[in-house]
Amino acid sequence: MGNFFEGYMTESFFDEMFESVGNVRPHYRKLFDRYGGMSIKDFEKKRAAADNAFLSQGVTFTVYSDQEGTERIFPFDLIPRIIPRKEWEHVENGLGQRITALNLFLRDIYHEQKIVKDGVIPEEIIRSALHFRPEFMGFDVPKDIYIHICGTDLIRNNDGNYLVLEDNARCPSGVSYLLENRQAMKRVFPNLFSRYLVRPVDTYCLELLDVLRCIAPNANSDPNVVLLTPGIYNSAYFEHSFLARTMGIEIVVGADLVVQDGIVFMKTTQGLKRVDVIYRRIDDDFLDPLVFRKDSVLGVPGIVDAYRRGNVSLANTIGTGVADDKVTYCFVPKMIKYYMDQEPILYNVDTYLSYFDADRAFILENLDKLVVKSANESGGYGMLMGPYATREQRDAFRKAIEANPRNYVAQPVIQLSRSPSFCDDHFEGRHIDLRPYILFGEKITIIPGGLTRVALRKGSLVVNSSQGGGSKDTWVLNE
Amino acid sequence: MLSRVADALFWLSRYTERAENNARMLDVNLQLMLDAQLINSKNQQHWESIIFTLEDNELFKKHYPEITKDSVVEFITFDRRNPNSVYSCLALARENARTVREQMSIEMWEQINRMFLLFRSGEARQMFQGSTYEFFKWILEGSQLFQGVTDATMSHGEGWEFIQLGKYLERADRTSRILDLKYHVLLPTGEQIGGNVDTIQWMAVLKSCSALEPYRKHYRGLVAPWKVVEFLVKNPTFPRSVLFCVHSVDESLHKITGVDRGDFNYKVEAERLSGKLLADLSYITIAEIFEFGLHEYLDRMQLRLIETSNAIYTAFCEWLDTEEPKPSQLQEQIG
Repeated sequence: MGNFFEGYMTESFFDEMFESVGNVRPHYRKLFDRYGGMSIKDFEKKRAAADNAFLSQGVTFTVYSDQEGTERIFPFDLIPRIIPRKEWEHVENGLGQRITALNLFLRDIYHEQKIVKDGVIPEEIIRSALHFRPEFMGFDVPKDIYIHICGTDLIRNNDGNYLVLEDNARCPSGVSYLLENRQAMKRVFPNLFSRYLVRPVDTYCLELLDVLRCIAPNANSDPNVVLLTPGIYNSAYFEHSFLARTMGIEIVVGADLVVQDGIVFMKTTQGLKRVDVIYRRIDDDFLDPLVFRKDSVLGVPGIVDAYRRGNVSLANTIGTGVADDKVTYCFVPKMIKYYMDQEPILYNVDTYLSYFDADRAFILENLDKLVVKSANESGGYGMLMGPYATREQRDAFRKAIEANPRNYVAQPVIQLSRSPSFCDDHFEGRHIDLRPYILFGEKITIIPGGLTRVALRKGSLVVNSSQGGGSKDTWVLNE
Repeated sequence: MLSRVADALFWLSRYTERAENNARMLDVNLQLMLDAQLINSKNQQHWESIIFTLEDNELFKKHYPEITKDSVVEFITFDRRNPNSVYSCLALARENARTVREQMSIEMWEQINRMFLLFRSGEARQMFQGSTYEFFKWILEGSQLFQGVTDATMSHGEGWEFIQLGKYLERADRTSRILDLKYHVLLPTGEQIGGNVDTIQWMAVLKSCSALEPYRKHYRGLVAPWKVVEFLVKNPTFPRSVLFCVHSVDESLHKITGVDRGDFNYKVEAERLSGKLLADLSYITIAEIFEFGLHEYLDRMQLRLIETSNAIYTAFCEWLDTEEPKPSQLQEQIG
């Protein structure tokens, strides 16, 4: 058939849809038939309809620099990523195992530090982690859960194996895009859904609310749960608002809250009302100007005191950042072995720590072949893509690594898997990753699929929205 | 409900109403210019009086060398330097809406957002250049659609009452200002009351408040100044009369506090002020208003409305502090 996918090249990459040129994977067959039968005009119409829906509903993210055009829509690609049931079960098991290990690790690190005493992780690595909070040593959190919401980034390598790229254990964002992407796809391609058995994602917000309710202080069965946002100028404000609305809870900014006698209240038209659980979308540093950054105007003075006294619960808890440090990341497989006596189901990407002398020598010798990352940056910042970098950029990283070896890791360049994406008037392969969202409360719940991010720039391996990335709907099949 | 949310809903509603009223006033006056060659000589004075009524005199002079039809229309419609221009009002309405999206229905948000985006994209200006009539009609309809959608899709709970407060306070203020505009245009020149031009202008006043037809149904016959004033100040059923608006404000306030009408909560000064204003409006006669001086009466009315608005803030939102966060503190694990 003379169709859209004619001339589509898989090149040397693992392609989600095609085993090889012209050879569709079985779980993409129905999609191939549906899309293949369309004209470019039809497709453009569908795309415009989806974009319009996003813009008028205000499904946007904020770009800092400019003044009024501050909101952009997150580019959306209409070819979904499809994950067969078997494949997903493997991922799900791996993620469940990982979050369990991370929570056991945090419990240990803020108490006995057995894992350090037993020599599995060097003490210095913990001590020097930017987001480690020694002031919370010995502090117990409800149900020993530290990370309630985790976003773990996965990639697929050339063999199609899923690998963990990083964990986001502080305030992972993006889940609202996933939910809205699904809405948009349903609106634009209703018939396709009836041909596939796609697992629904709609219950995420209810599950999240369950998690938040179950960590209320004093086992309060009817807690007042709120979402704390930095405000409308935050790049993820749309998401904060979306989640609060869907959960039916109040969204508050720091100025809405006040602490009196170690109890957090919100300011309402009828007076002060007690708050029990806070889903905070503000980093530790800005939470409380009395304890952390003094210049923070986003936070609530006294909130950490209330938290310490056990009068309010925070999700995620304070100090989880020690677990998603890119150096700590390297030790997660060892944590799984140490705490659970299991082999990791999902592997890490091979990683060199410049903290270790031998690794550092290797990294410095191979700067032109490796991806170097600083331990605590996100959003695609603080990163060196060795093969594509200039000599000056490499030299700058060399100096930085030598000055502060603890702060850098390096990985081989992984050719992320690709998926067909619409470019101008035809499909081309673009690199993608996957961020599933994991909830940890009474039980572990993983949203089927996750947010598939796509690097829309030709050849780019960077999927972040701040760097020209877009997203796709992700379908986990029930078959 | 959160004080901040109540405040945002109040202002969201006020700014939308203000945008609508500005559009209506310009529309009516532009059409009046087409009708009455008689007042061509007073063209400038006419536009001046509009700026004066809006109390934006100084700001206008700062940015425009002279008062002309075009400069006034530009200033009131598109100029972002004017915080009360239609564009600015829509932007502020949307900014407030953005902070309380989860409190509104999706339809409300979409309507506000759509109007703002049309201004931002420049499409609004194209529409304006194509047909000013169509353009102003679009704004009026847009705002009315918003209020209609609000009525039909949002729960009529506390948040909705704050929206009513914003709408009716703004509208009461605006109706009194439009009446006052008449004072600025006519009285200083000593024009014969009852002349032809005068009638056309009083009709324009009614049109500016969408009141011409309801007025005609109420009073048959010619348009007479004291009747227009009576209708716009004291009519109990016309939804843009000052009395109607103050009545609605008083009603919403009592619903919010749960206190019976006719009584007031001693802690809520706003309730006492609105009740008192309502009583004054109910029992004053038109003769008394003219005796007091129409302009003086309206001026005082505006002050009392401002006083009530401030008291509402004090009663429900006083503990809000409004420090703006710095952009550098707005990061998150966007990944």
